[in-house]
Amino acid sequence: MGAGHHHQLYLPGDSVVHRLPPQCKLLAVFAFAIVVVATPRERFWAFAAYAVLLGAVALVARVPGTYVLRRMAIEVPFVLFAFLIPVIGLGERTTILGMSLSVPGLWAAWNILAKATLGVIASILLAATTEPRVILIGAQRLRLPALLVQIAMFMLRYMDVIVDEMRRMRVARESRGFEARDLRQVPVIARSAGALFIRSYERGERVHLAMLSRGYSGQMPILHDISASVRQWGIALALPAVALAVWGLSW
Amino acid sequence: MHVPDGFFNAATSVSAGAVAAAGVAVCLRGARRELDDRTAPMAGLVAAFIFAVQMLNFPVAAGTSGHLLGGALAAILVGPYTGVLCMAVVLLVQGVFFADGGLTALGINITIMGIVTVLVGWGVFRLVTRLAGGKVALAAFLGSLVSVPAAALVFTVLFWIGGTAPIEVGAVAAAMGGVHVLIGVGEAVITAVTVSAVLAVRPDLVYGARGLAKPLVLRGAEGTSTTVDEQPEPAAAPGKLRPFLLGGLGLALVLAGIVSFFASSSPDGLEAVAENKGFIDQASDHLFGSWALADYGEVGGIPVGVAGIIGVGAVLLVAGAVAYAARGRAKVKA
Repeated sequence: MGAGHHHQLYLPGDSVVHRLPPQCKLLAVFAFAIVVVATPRERFWAFAAYAVLLGAVALVARVPGTYVLRRMAIEVPFVLFAFLIPVIGLGERTTILGMSLSVPGLWAAWNILAKATLGVIASILLAATTEPRVILIGAQRLRLPALLVQIAMFMLRYMDVIVDEMRRMRVARESRGFEARDLRQVPVIARSAGALFIRSYERGERVHLAMLSRGYSGQMPILHDISASVRQWGIALALPAVALAVWGLSW
Repeated sequence: MHVPDGFFNAATSVSAGAVAAAGVAVCLRGARRELDDRTAPMAGLVAAFIFAVQMLNFPVAAGTSGHLLGGALAAILVGPYTGVLCMAVVLLVQGVFFADGGLTALGINITIMGIVTVLVGWGVFRLVTRLAGGKVALAAFLGSLVSVPAAALVFTVLFWIGGTAPIEVGAVAAAMGGVHVLIGVGEAVITAVTVSAVLAVRPDLVYGARGLAKPLVLRGAEGTSTTVDEQPEPAAAPGKLRPFLLGGLGLALVLAGIVSFFASSSPDGLEAVAENKGFIDQASDHLFGSWALADYGEVGGIPVGVAGIIGVGAVLLVAGAVAYAARGRAKVKA
């Protein structure tokens, strides 16, 4: 049960990117995303430059392209939506491949596709090169409230347990001939959800008692402090800095 | 419904981020009152539960399936403050680790799927339990039924203000509304049955049903019956209806203000389109095309400065309303 999402999300490695402190990487990715979103959509070559930047990071971190592509499946629903915009969009229309498409709609679709894809790739690279737990420690160093970080840590730690529990319930349902076809089957699923909630809540109570018996007083001890040197900040912030330079040059 | 990067312009993303941050800050304090030092493990486990439940697909109509948002469910099961926190953490984890939902759109996602669904769901739930005399399943059904289209509506309004695609707002509202009423029905059935299932086994766990239990009646062999007085529960739920209504009212006022403000300028555009076909491109260019262009000095005919002031005012109002709700609750408890 220790396996699961973490190993899917995190690609162990020992590159410069892997070794950077998490707070630097978090800030870099956030700043990069903001620069990308703020770039006007007419500047095609700026977006190409951003993509090249991310490609360089992936190369340095030795994250294979196939891995990134596989994880990008998460974006599919919005890609479909983006393809719909030119069809239902307003304004001046043009004909491409025999279809009447809206010109502002095409621009909007390009805008969403480009920015969403760049953002998704940046997030994937962050998750692939940093352990989830370490990302949260970095977030705490960036002044995210400690309580929020603790909640997120517990969620990460027990997510796989709860999801596995749900999977076992599904196996139990299906081995008894259950199949969800329409709304009439919803009560069965909902009762499973109710049972899952009770199990999660009671597990939470047990975890809390176990923590109390080990001396928990509302604060989590910090086992190893991670501070970043100026050089590490410099390396991490190179990504948004170059992006900002591209943005500035593309005027 | 996870919004990716680039879907909303930067100003809207930042404003929504401020609203989300204010809401989460208030809920951090509120959840400490609901759970004290149990907050971290309990909220963490409930967040993991919500994450798992969101993976449960249920068939909506022939061929399509939806999944739970879980905001109303979380609010009813563990209380509104903890509910918002759990939703926010789930969205944070999905955004940062699973790349589901953009980093710059995190504020928008938390505002729509965390704060709005929980506030609306909990508000309707409390109202119905008050009016219908403790019919928890019915209240859960109605609360979650309303919460999903409400979230879709807020998405549409935000899209209207700061969306980057030139789609007619009416079309967005119709599409989002139609789909989400259907999803809302599914969500409502699941939420109601889930809450009843938990009530049947561990009624003490359902936050929204606290204080609704019937008093214990002891019946003797001779036919006598004595009612045992309930011990006063320190963390009983009743009495918190008003602050939440006020919070919801504040939110509604802000939204209404924004809607009416923008509505006042849009009929002209629509009428012009109707009157003069040749004007249609110009009008739509003006209404939508300029919103994504930072070089323009105007946003939809409104100077950027004024729009900014309105945005800041809206943020302050929302934050004030939420803070007022939290303060009112503390007073009730004291």
